[in-house]
Amino acid sequence: MEIVISVSIGVLASAGVWLVLRPRTFQVLIGLSLLSYAVNLFIFTVGSLAIAAEPIVKPGLAANLTNYSDPLPQSLVLTAIVIGFATTALFLVVLLALRGLSGGDHVDGQEEQP
Amino acid sequence: MLLILSLPFVGSLIAALLPTRARNLESVWAAAVALAVVLPLAMLYPQIAAGEVVSERLSWLPSLGIDIVVRLDGFAWMFAMLVSGMGLLVVVYARYYLSPDDPAARFYSLLLGFMGAMLGVVVSGNLVQLVLFWELTSVFSFLLIGYWTHRKDARRGARMAFTVTATGGLALLAGVLLLGHIVGSYEVDVVLKAGDLVRAHPLYPLTLGLVLLGALTKSAQFPFHFWLPHAMAAPTPVSAYLHSATMVKAGVFLLARLWPVLSGTDEWFWIVGGVGLVTLLLGAYAAMFQNDLKGLLAYSTISHLGLITLLLGLNSPLAAVAAVFHMMNHATFKASLFMSVGIIDHESGTRDMRRLDGLFRYMPITGTLAIVACAAMAGVPLLNGFLSKEMFFAETVFVSASPLFEFVLPAAATVAGVFAVVYSLRFGHDVFFGPPPTDCPRQPHEPVHWMRVPVELLVLACVLVGTLPAWSIGPVLAVAAQPVVGGTLPAYSLAVWHGFTTPFVMSLVAMGGGALIYLLFAKRFKQRRGSGAPLLQHVDGKQLFHSALAFFTGLARWLLRRLSTKRLQPQVFAMLVTAGLAGVASALIVPLTWGDRTRVPATPEFVLIWIVACACAIGAAWQSKFHRLAALTMLSVVGLVLCITFAWFSAPDLALTQLAVEVVTTILFLLGLRWMPKPVTQSDPRTAVRVWWRRRRDVVLAVSIGVGLSALSYALLTRNAPLSISPFFIDKALSEGGGSNVVNVMLVDFRAFDTLGEITVLGIVGITVYALLRRFRPPLEVIEQPAQQHVVPLGAVSDLQPRQQAGDAAQRYLDVPAVLVRLLLPIAGVFAFHLFMRGHNQPGGGFVAGLVVAIAFTAQYMVSGTRWVEGRMRLVPPRWIAVGLLLALATGLGSMVLGFPFLTTHTAHVSWPLVGAVHLPSATLFDLGVFAVVVGSTLLLLTAISHQSLRARRRSAPTANEVKVP
Repeated sequence: MEIVISVSIGVLASAGVWLVLRPRTFQVLIGLSLLSYAVNLFIFTVGSLAIAAEPIVKPGLAANLTNYSDPLPQSLVLTAIVIGFATTALFLVVLLALRGLSGGDHVDGQEEQP
Repeated sequence: MLLILSLPFVGSLIAALLPTRARNLESVWAAAVALAVVLPLAMLYPQIAAGEVVSERLSWLPSLGIDIVVRLDGFAWMFAMLVSGMGLLVVVYARYYLSPDDPAARFYSLLLGFMGAMLGVVVSGNLVQLVLFWELTSVFSFLLIGYWTHRKDARRGARMAFTVTATGGLALLAGVLLLGHIVGSYEVDVVLKAGDLVRAHPLYPLTLGLVLLGALTKSAQFPFHFWLPHAMAAPTPVSAYLHSATMVKAGVFLLARLWPVLSGTDEWFWIVGGVGLVTLLLGAYAAMFQNDLKGLLAYSTISHLGLITLLLGLNSPLAAVAAVFHMMNHATFKASLFMSVGIIDHESGTRDMRRLDGLFRYMPITGTLAIVACAAMAGVPLLNGFLSKEMFFAETVFVSASPLFEFVLPAAATVAGVFAVVYSLRFGHDVFFGPPPTDCPRQPHEPVHWMRVPVELLVLACVLVGTLPAWSIGPVLAVAAQPVVGGTLPAYSLAVWHGFTTPFVMSLVAMGGGALIYLLFAKRFKQRRGSGAPLLQHVDGKQLFHSALAFFTGLARWLLRRLSTKRLQPQVFAMLVTAGLAGVASALIVPLTWGDRTRVPATPEFVLIWIVACACAIGAAWQSKFHRLAALTMLSVVGLVLCITFAWFSAPDLALTQLAVEVVTTILFLLGLRWMPKPVTQSDPRTAVRVWWRRRRDVVLAVSIGVGLSALSYALLTRNAPLSISPFFIDKALSEGGGSNVVNVMLVDFRAFDTLGEITVLGIVGITVYALLRRFRPPLEVIEQPAQQHVVPLGAVSDLQPRQQAGDAAQRYLDVPAVLVRLLLPIAGVFAFHLFMRGHNQPGGGFVAGLVVAIAFTAQYMVSGTRWVEGRMRLVPPRWIAVGLLLALATGLGSMVLGFPFLTTHTAHVSWPLVGAVHLPSATLFDLGVFAVVVGSTLLLLTAISHQSLRARRRSAPTANEVKVP
């Protein structure tokens, strides 16, 4: 599992980085989403890779990370998901506004000058 | 005491709110504030005279050991009286000086603010606090000098004064911090006692240099003196206040304040004494050649401040007493002179000495007052200036340094005395005597009586001190000078007549020589055209200042051009490379090794879904330029796989949220796609090579970052995790958070403050999007109906309702899904309620519930159309956001009202009929707030974008009718 997840994180991040460096706003937007997936997965999995662990407190079960899945990265990622959604939405609208102002979708507001 | 200090600031705020042109009201108010400061201060005199140090403190930065301390010893008291008393006089004077057109509110507000800042400087019992008020005086003086904002010279002068003094202030801050470092405390009391320690410390020269930089810039000492003459663009009351009694005195005040700590060394003697001497001579010399009365006074102020600095630099207690004495005397006669100039300017319309003549016959009273003040400035016996000047002469005679200096100093002092007599005569004689003026803009006459009253009082003080020094000023001087010299006063005598001594001879020489020079050159002075002093014209500080300013601006621009770019791609590239290098560097320091945590065995299904996800991610990267919809689809596949992964590893809450967010994000993107321009298929051939290279470069960077992140996460995943705080949360979730879903309890309880911030961000984003799109004007080519909505030709027979008009969208083709989706709304509502209620104990919660409701509403918009939905439902998303935020905040504050920290949860177990026991923590209310904000912002986001098509159609409707024929 570890190797699958770490390779996946790498692939998502690579795709994200490449897109973030592209000149079209939509590409950058997709790239940022991919990057945030990679980061969320990273934060979530470095906590614990627990299959079939309890996420809900059961009375009588000792409070340690072998019985339970780690709640801390989960709550961090939950916050990150929502904030990520908000920033993606904001970026999309900025992108639309840029399109309305400049008529194009180049990140600099104008096509590259030779 | 703290109250007195805060009074001017409060008064300043109130003055700013009074009507702009109400001169009477404003001045009465300002005078009342000044009086309210002066009187309590004056009442403290018995305590101060008894040698007591009145102090009061307020905790400010306890962690740094810095408190706001008001500390009033004799010296501070004398200065505080000077500041507030002079403030009172200036307030009265300014009432008659300001013209009805000047905004009086701003003037008095700034003046009171300045008074507060200056009071703050003198009564500070803490050096950091002193610097703070010091900079505040710079700010207020900037605003006051630039009071006539329409005048270019005022703006320039203000800028120059501010740049010079505020830069000095920064140096002072550094010096004070060093001083605090050496002594171990910023308290004035402690620092004053640590003189020996400071002087012996290796950092002493640096500290001294920095502190002196602050003091000398503020007091306009050579070579920083150039700002003061340009600051004369200020209204005259401001000059009378700032440039005689307060602002420029702050520098010498600081020198005197720290005299017991810093003085007594050779460095101090040569720097302070040397600067003082040069300034004394230079200022007096330049003052003789001024044609502008205020210019004359400005240079004479520079010269007198040089005198005070020189006295302080002589390292002798007696000289320090003389310096304190001269500070008071200079303040009185210079303020009265400034005010007289203001009167002359006000009543005759000019300050140019070449045009003013024989004013005595028009304004005898003002003339007498000004002449007396001039005589005090020149050091004529029976006036206060004479006494301190006599003390100065005595000091120069008795100073013992190198033999050369013993000769030079008295000589220089006498020469400066000669110059002082010359410029005083120019003011006193040239302006008031002689033939009647020929080209005055106005017919001069006496001013209204109250405008003269402040001058009268000040001149009265000059005469009283000059004739009866021991009786009038003796005790105050003793009280004020005692803290400066460090406790024990040297023996001195304040008498008018000391006998026929060397200083008296020097005075006689100065007066005789001055009168002689004036008689010889009076005509020439009057005929000179230029305003600069001979020999000094080319040494122009102003020019230097401006070229330095231009140089730095140019340098900054050049650096910006060289080091920065407006293009996004290089910026992102640089950022990523830097981050990558930082990662590599830390991997070099802490080697990246695999740990031996028990591996979780891989299952084929899991591997398979991630192969799909990786392929989709690469596909999205590949396709997102030309096939946006495909890229979007592949992106959502990645999101769904992530969602499955969350569920796989026992995180049901995350999986739920991810799923809901995924849906909303995809809808959002789909809505946005419509407004994207067509992809640019043909790129400029001239940039082709560059683009080719950039793509290769970016691939390399992307792959290396990916490999690095993979390695990093593999290392982290295989190492044993160090001690985590998570068991604490699991342990306390039920007992103290009152819920068994740990993640939800963390969100609404343990980390509720974080969540509050998060929903605030959500709300802000929603409103920002709304605001951004309100002004959005879609480009023409996307305004038309999408081609898919025109497939049915007009009037064609179809089971769809035929379109009525060209340009209309095909209608009702979604009727069946619409009915189904409408049925879905209440079901979604129940589902959301279920998720919400169980959230505290089972997977669910306000976030997910909010997203479900938002999706249900959005679905209505999608199938039934914006108009249909808004015609039947009144959803006001901003209101949802507001209610949600207020609810969350109120829950948090509620716990504070009950005496618990912000956002403490209380759980109640209520038993309802039929339902049974219900578990009701106060966090549920908070979660309700989260729910409302999520619903509101998501809806606001989505509907703001969907409204664009409505608006676009409305705008294009008239033209579409005519043009569009299928």
